[in-house]
Amino acid sequence: MIAKRLFAIVALMSALSLAFASAIEPYDFRTEVEEIRFKALAAELRCTVCQNQSLADSDAPLAQDLRRELFLMIQDNRSDQEIRNFMVERYGEFVLYRPPLASHTLLLWGGPIVLLVIALIASVVVVQQRRRLL
Amino acid sequence: MIRMLAPLVVFLALVGLLAVGMKTAQDRQVVNSPLIGKPVPNFTLPRLHLPDTTVSTADRLGDVWLLNVWGSWCQSCRIEHPFITQLAENAGVPLVGFNWKDERTDALKWLGQFGDPWHYHMVDYEGRSAIDLGVYGAPETFLIDHLGIIRHKHIGPIDEASYDQLMMRIDALRREVKP
Repeated sequence: MIAKRLFAIVALMSALSLAFASAIEPYDFRTEVEEIRFKALAAELRCTVCQNQSLADSDAPLAQDLRRELFLMIQDNRSDQEIRNFMVERYGEFVLYRPPLASHTLLLWGGPIVLLVIALIASVVVVQQRRRLL
Repeated sequence: MIRMLAPLVVFLALVGLLAVGMKTAQDRQVVNSPLIGKPVPNFTLPRLHLPDTTVSTADRLGDVWLLNVWGSWCQSCRIEHPFITQLAENAGVPLVGFNWKDERTDALKWLGQFGDPWHYHMVDYEGRSAIDLGVYGAPETFLIDHLGIIRHKHIGPIDEASYDQLMMRIDALRREVKP
C-alpha cells in the first residue's frame, strides 16, 4: 500500500518536473562547452518582460527570441563579455542579474559590508555596557 | 526615554522606506532605454501593406518622426489606438508603425477593425530588429530626430497625460530643428 502511494507520488512529481522543464527549446550545440556557456548566460540574463525571471526560466516570446539570439552569438564564437555587452547596449544594465561593480553600484555591493560592520560595532558596545553593569 | 523611543524610530524609518518603495514600484518596472541619445539602429524591413517592398530606418533621415511598436495580439495597443489616431492627426510628423511578432492577416484585420492612421508599417515577424531597438513590450513609441537620434522613448500605452507630454516634446523638437 505504502509502496503504491510512494510510486504514485514519484510519478506525479516527475510528470510535473517534465512540464516545468519545457521552457528551453532544444538547440543543437556543436560542443558541450557551448551548451554550458549557453545555459550559464541564459541564467544570468534577465528577461525584461517578466522581470523576475531569467532568460532560462521564461516562456515569454521575447525570452525565446533572446535565447535564439544568444544561441546564434555563441555559434558565431562571440565571447561571454561580448554577449553581455550586446544585451546591455540594448536593454541597459538591468538585464544583468549580477550588476557590475561601479561607482553607482557601490552602495549595492558595499551596503551589506557596511551594515555588518555597524552591527559588529553595536554588539561590541552593548556587550561592554552589560559587562560593566554586572 | 531614548531606549523606549528607539524601537518607534526604527519602526517609523521602516514604514518610510516601504512607503517610498511602494510609490516608486511602478517606475522601477520601466526599463530605461540605453538607446536614448544614440542613433536609431539601421534595419530594413518589409512593409505590411506592400510585403514585396522594404523600408529602412535610414529612409527617414532628415525628418523628425515617430516609431510606434504594436501588434494585433497586444491588448494595450487597442487601448492606445485612439491616442495614436490623435497623434497622427496633430503631431505634424510621420508616424511609422512597427508591427512586432504578428501574423500578417491578423494585423490587417486589426487595422481594418480599428483604423490605420499610421504613415506605413514595418513588419518584424521574427523580432530581430526589435531586439536591436531594445523593445521589451508593446506598445512602445520612439521619438527620433532629423539626424536619426532617438530623443525619447515612451513605454506602455499612450494615455491622456502621456499624450500631452509627448506632443510637447514633439513641438519642442520641431522648433529645435526648424527655428
